[in-house]
Amino acid sequence: MFGEGILKGLAETAKNFFGSFVSAKRLTTVEYPEQRIAPFEAARVFPFLVYDGEDWLAGLRCVACQICEKECPPQCIFIEKSKDKKPDFVGKPQSYPVRFEIDISVCMSCQICVEVCPFEAIKMDTDFELSTGDRFGGLLLNLEQLVKPNEYYHQIHPTEAAEVDARLAGEKVKAEEKAKAAAEAARAAAEAAQAKAAEGAVAVKAAEETGAAKAASDEAVPQAASDAAKAAPGAASQKQPDEEGRR
Amino acid sequence: MIARPVFETSDQIFVLLKEWLVGFLPAPWQPAAGVVLSVAAIVGLFPVLFAFTTVLERKGLGRIQNRIGPNRVGPLGLLQPLADGIKSLTKEDIVPASADRVVHFLAPLVLVVTVLMGFAVVPMGRNMVLVDMDAGLLFYFAMGTSTELAIFMAGWSSRNKYSLLGAMRAVAQMISYEVALLLSSVVVVMMAGSLSLTRIVAAQNQYTWGLPHWYIFTPWGLAGFLMYAIATTAETNRSPFDLPEGESELVAGYHTEYSGFKFALFFLGEYLAMFSISGLGATLFLGGWSAPFSFLTWIPSWIWFFSKLMLSIFVFIWLRGTLPRLRQDQLMNFAWKFVLPMTLLNLLVAGLWRFLGEGWERWVLCTAILVLAYVVMGRMGMRREHFGPRSYRYVE
Repeated sequence: MFGEGILKGLAETAKNFFGSFVSAKRLTTVEYPEQRIAPFEAARVFPFLVYDGEDWLAGLRCVACQICEKECPPQCIFIEKSKDKKPDFVGKPQSYPVRFEIDISVCMSCQICVEVCPFEAIKMDTDFELSTGDRFGGLLLNLEQLVKPNEYYHQIHPTEAAEVDARLAGEKVKAEEKAKAAAEAARAAAEAAQAKAAEGAVAVKAAEETGAAKAASDEAVPQAASDAAKAAPGAASQKQPDEEGRR
Repeated sequence: MIARPVFETSDQIFVLLKEWLVGFLPAPWQPAAGVVLSVAAIVGLFPVLFAFTTVLERKGLGRIQNRIGPNRVGPLGLLQPLADGIKSLTKEDIVPASADRVVHFLAPLVLVVTVLMGFAVVPMGRNMVLVDMDAGLLFYFAMGTSTELAIFMAGWSSRNKYSLLGAMRAVAQMISYEVALLLSSVVVVMMAGSLSLTRIVAAQNQYTWGLPHWYIFTPWGLAGFLMYAIATTAETNRSPFDLPEGESELVAGYHTEYSGFKFALFFLGEYLAMFSISGLGATLFLGGWSAPFSFLTWIPSWIWFFSKLMLSIFVFIWLRGTLPRLRQDQLMNFAWKFVLPMTLLNLLVAGLWRFLGEGWERWVLCTAILVLAYVVMGRMGMRREHFGPRSYRYVE
């Protein structure tokens, strides 16, 4: 209390003052526009839409199910569903968004849209240099601005993207197997029916049986889709009724 | 000696320049023109020094906090003050609707003018003083105290609780430390036997074994200088005594309602006050424009004065980067219970020093008294008040 605390403090700041000229370890500043550090993998800024392949419209994962639109806490997503359908990655015909808009001046980067998406279609971007001269139109991102290839997703979040790809591949294989099994069952039933017809059985009964087989094969694909939803992390239980409702 | 004229020219270069310029005018106009020129030099030089001090301060504080500091505008960020100046000039000048417009407008002007008046009596080099007043120190303190008026004008006319609180704090603080500031300077007057700042410098501009007779190299001088330094820090509202503008509690204190160039004027006034009070401190205790060793007297006197001034500014910045802000009661207690008794004691010590005559006894005695007082007061200051359980006298 005789002022030695002040002297100690002065010595410390003097050490900082001279040290920052000598040692680069002290001076941690990254002079941003010229120097940059690689963005962290866990970083997140605003959402974007993932597509596979070359053509973004063909490869768009989003099926315009509008779950994200409903879940978004600040209500910054606007989706307009298409009238027609296009095949998704397993070949099943699905709707697609005609308009998909995110108002990033409203978005709070909470990542809830990413967590609720059952199709791995919406992910968080790491691009933070989004300044614009137009604070209304410039901050309302449309579909063309939002779509980004899967390769870009791999580039910014490698671990997460690899997991997603593995999961989607698994689903695809499963869906293909189911379809194959269903097709086989249908063929077997048809063959049996044909055999029975050849044997001179009642034609009406055979026709009934083929009808039942067809119904079975139709059911197989939606079953695969709901399996995929179960496999996806997060609100699986929540998704199920939504999907049912959609159908 | 051949070097003699060269030295004299470099030492007196500004004086000679002024005489040369004034020589173009008819004789009756010459004294007035000389004064105008000197005033113009002071009014031109110190704001430029202020501009570069702001950048120095920002860079220094940055380095203290292991940052780089401003480095975008111009080489090493040295043109930053230019950008700041343009910014503050082009900003909207807002006067609150309920403010006292005249006083609100006058406050920054009064501040800058009174602070600049203080420079009139500070000798900035050999023969480089605007007015060699017999009571220079008195004039300086009269002007220095007037800055309080400006600050209170600003706080009062803004009609804003933060401004008023800031101004109240400023006045309380500045009046408290004004006493300490004056008393710590009185020892110098006692020793030099004059209120004239040129005479005070002349008294210190002597050398024994190559060492100067600066007052800081005596026990009472050192104590006086430390007290003076504390009081000046409070007087100029610098951290750790920057309560009047404590941004964490009062937005910006008395200049909360000022924007644009009026705010810049307050800023300018604060820094000019720092320069002038540092210059006065150098004059009183650090030998003014005299060289620190007799073999360095060939360096022009004005270089010495400005190096001492900038050194004090650096210490101000260093303190700002180190110490946290005090509380109002701590500040007041420190002024009245520590600084003031010490300055009073220092008067006694200075008297002893004067009448004990030459010899080692006065060194020992004066040092002992001051150290003892410092230790005792430090102990007393350390004593904590112990608070018992709270009792409520009127509520039962």
